[in-house]
Amino acid sequence: MVNSIVRIALASVLAGLVSMLTGCGYNDFQRLDEQTKSAWSEVLNQYQRRADLVPNIVATVKGEAAFEQDTLTKVIEARAKATSIQVTPETLNDPAAFAKFQAAQGELSSTLSRLMVVSEQYPSLKANQGFSDLRVQLEGTENRITVARNRYIQTVQEYNVLARSFPNNLTAMVFSYTTKPNFTVANEAAISAPPTVDFNKK
Amino acid sequence: MSAGHRLGAWRGILPLLALLLCMCLTSGAWAQALQPVPAPSSHLVDTTNTLAAAEREALEQKLTAFETETGTQIGILVVPTTAPEDIFSYSNRAANLWKLGRKDVGDGLLLVVAKDDHQLRIEVAKTLEGAIPDLMAKRIIDQAITPAFKQGNFSGGLNAGVDQLMALVRGEALPAPAHATDAGGNGGFQWTDLLIFLFFATAIGGGIARALFGNRLGSLLTGAGTGVAAWLATNSLLLAGLACVAGGVFTLLGAFGRSSSTGGGGWSGSSGGWSSSGGSSGGGGFSSGGGGNFGGGGASGGW
Repeated sequence: MVNSIVRIALASVLAGLVSMLTGCGYNDFQRLDEQTKSAWSEVLNQYQRRADLVPNIVATVKGEAAFEQDTLTKVIEARAKATSIQVTPETLNDPAAFAKFQAAQGELSSTLSRLMVVSEQYPSLKANQGFSDLRVQLEGTENRITVARNRYIQTVQEYNVLARSFPNNLTAMVFSYTTKPNFTVANEAAISAPPTVDFNKK
Repeated sequence: MSAGHRLGAWRGILPLLALLLCMCLTSGAWAQALQPVPAPSSHLVDTTNTLAAAEREALEQKLTAFETETGTQIGILVVPTTAPEDIFSYSNRAANLWKLGRKDVGDGLLLVVAKDDHQLRIEVAKTLEGAIPDLMAKRIIDQAITPAFKQGNFSGGLNAGVDQLMALVRGEALPAPAHATDAGGNGGFQWTDLLIFLFFATAIGGGIARALFGNRLGSLLTGAGTGVAAWLATNSLLLAGLACVAGGVFTLLGAFGRSSSTGGGGWSGSSGGWSSSGGSSGGGGFSSGGGGNFGGGGASGGW
């Protein structure tokens, strides 16, 4: 009889522990942690797709005689820099490494868009079917990057809200889960400044 | 009625008023922020009334026929403008809201035309990105759709574009559409699922109950539990009684079969009993398949 009472008590304590763990959001942390990881992989996947596309664009543009060399070398350098950064899953939990990665990708974005603007001035390049195909592919890739980043932002938001709201922040403290870094605009100051428009300059 | 009383009443109302003002302001700001996406009432939603009724009917029929033939959902959305957003952001948002494509396949396409902006976009779900790469979408826009749009022939352009999209989708080996197969067991109850669920539940639950309460009491409790579960699931007392007896006997037999040690590692797999066959499409009208994960594939163009 005593034996069975002890057994029942043990079982209820075990059940209580399990329900406490789930009640404190432990499982939610695991689920959202995996979700942010997969969203992050998708972001990397799309960035890789862009990095793979750049050599083709560079090769096509190089064929154009007298193309602005400065723009081209900047793109090549930015790509080399962006691909040289080692990205591991730990990058997600390291705000400094995350910011560095983001800065490198942002630089590649801006040099690429500069290249596309400059290429408008070369009629033969615009007429080149191969180049316009690459343009479409680049545009599609940039769109995919946007979507992947948006999804990452949303999952990280969900994770961070969980990590900071009340009973769960205790769980986060115990297991030392910190909030994850999110994407920010690289050049916030530059964007908030109004653009200067000068119609006199040719 | 003293002044103090009146002041007190006002104090009570003031926060409410402030809250109301806040709500008004935020809702106003939201309404201004983004263009709303119209609800998917049919394959073709035209808020600008660009197409004549007959043209719309014909196009809708074509899209419906294609859906019953292949299962792929192609939607067309014609709006005046996508104003604060560019065509890509709006289209992607609309496509993900409409959730075009079958739920388990995710084969959806959305063609968005912003008439006053002179912009259009083909939004391709991830499943179809292989069948319709960005380049093909761009070519369809440039070669089939925009030439007609330039002449003001919207119906012709849409038809030509949709025809080419359909040809590309047909070339892809997608799972065949499931019609008429789920007619019988759709609304009804899945008997086999219940049986399987009860089998595992009694095996695991009975083992635990036996370990805790001993053979006789444990079997009794398991039987009662099984009965209640069956009663809740089927609403039939007769079946519940049968399940009760079966559960009890089954557990007791298990007790005689081996000693009280419960087999380890049996915890998983008891859940997931009730399968819900999602997205019953068919029989008039358009309903979103609930699939389509639109990750930014497709192409945009202008005329």
